Amino acid sequence: MNRSLTSLILSAAAATAFSTTALGDDVGQIKAAKGAVHIERDGQKLPATVGEKVRQSDRVVTGTDGSVGITFVDNSLLSAGPNSTLAIERYAFDPTTHAGAFDTRLSRGTLSVVSGKIAKQTPGAMTVKTPSAILGVRSTEFVVRADDGVR
Amino acid sequence: MRFMLILAATVLVAGCAKPRNDLVVVLPEEGGKVGAVVVTDEKKRETTLNTAYASARSDPPGFFDRSSGMKAGPSSADEVKQSFGTALAAQPARPVSLLLYFTEGSTLSDESKEVVDRMLAEIAKRPAAEITVIGHTDTVGNDTFNDKLSLERAQAVREILIGMGVPAQNITAAGRGKREPLVPTADNVNEPRNRRVELSVR
Repeated sequence: MNRSLTSLILSAAAATAFSTTALGDDVGQIKAAKGAVHIERDGQKLPATVGEKVRQSDRVVTGTDGSVGITFVDNSLLSAGPNSTLAIERYAFDPTTHAGAFDTRLSRGTLSVVSGKIAKQTPGAMTVKTPSAILGVRSTEFVVRADDGVR
Repeated sequence: MRFMLILAATVLVAGCAKPRNDLVVVLPEEGGKVGAVVVTDEKKRETTLNTAYASARSDPPGFFDRSSGMKAGPSSADEVKQSFGTALAAQPARPVSLLLYFTEGSTLSDESKEVVDRMLAEIAKRPAAEITVIGHTDTVGNDTFNDKLSLERAQAVREILIGMGVPAQNITAAGRGKREPLVPTADNVNEPRNRRVELSVR
């Protein structure tokens, strides 16, 4: 039952994969999930299981034992460790020109980033915000820790 | 006097807030290449990190300092693993792109049949694998003809993958006609290297 639902979501995503992404489109997919992980969308808490789609404006949240790995349609790879909150603030990508914009915010926790076609085509078009800085990405791999000042 | 009060208040506020301890470390890519991260702090100061394990941290608060000496961040793969091991372990497999070539029409060349096998192995490694198949042509013929042919090539490859057990709903096929030649040529040039399908999985 769950499987056929996933298939339905996948085929819907396939239909939109070759047009420029817009609000409400699926822009990424969960490829790894361990422990407590969920997606916050429109005030709702959704399970973040492998195969689940991620959209612009989603927040991906991991618990004390949680971790999550996400692929995006421009082939960016983001993965977060425990006690992390990652917001996909903006995502736009044109698969023909590779033009796009990808803004995320890590308000707490740890994140590893492998940038994709957006940052390769337009250096700086991908950013990661932390509580005290903005990171502009120029086609690279890096890790970030964000301290929310609580712990 | 007023100045002293403001100063005291500032120190007090700063003292109450727990210092932020944000950290960023640039990692070498596979093959040793290093990209760059431009760090802009709250005072709009920029630091460019563009060497392997270059790092910056917010210490003291609001001040992103290129690490050195006592403030040095992780400087090796092992040290990065200590702080970021769980996040790195959750990283999805790298997307892989392979090229398939056609003798003519939608018939695959012999070497390309081995490429299909490699792709199947890559697909099997990935949970929730997403596959894209993009067809291209050489510059012989007009756009209408080549758009149709490139899509036919992509669909032919999609069918091959489906026949080998890859779920149809996980494969997207598209044709780009002669718009993106691998080898730039004049119009109406027969060029085998441009008659290809790009097969990608993530």
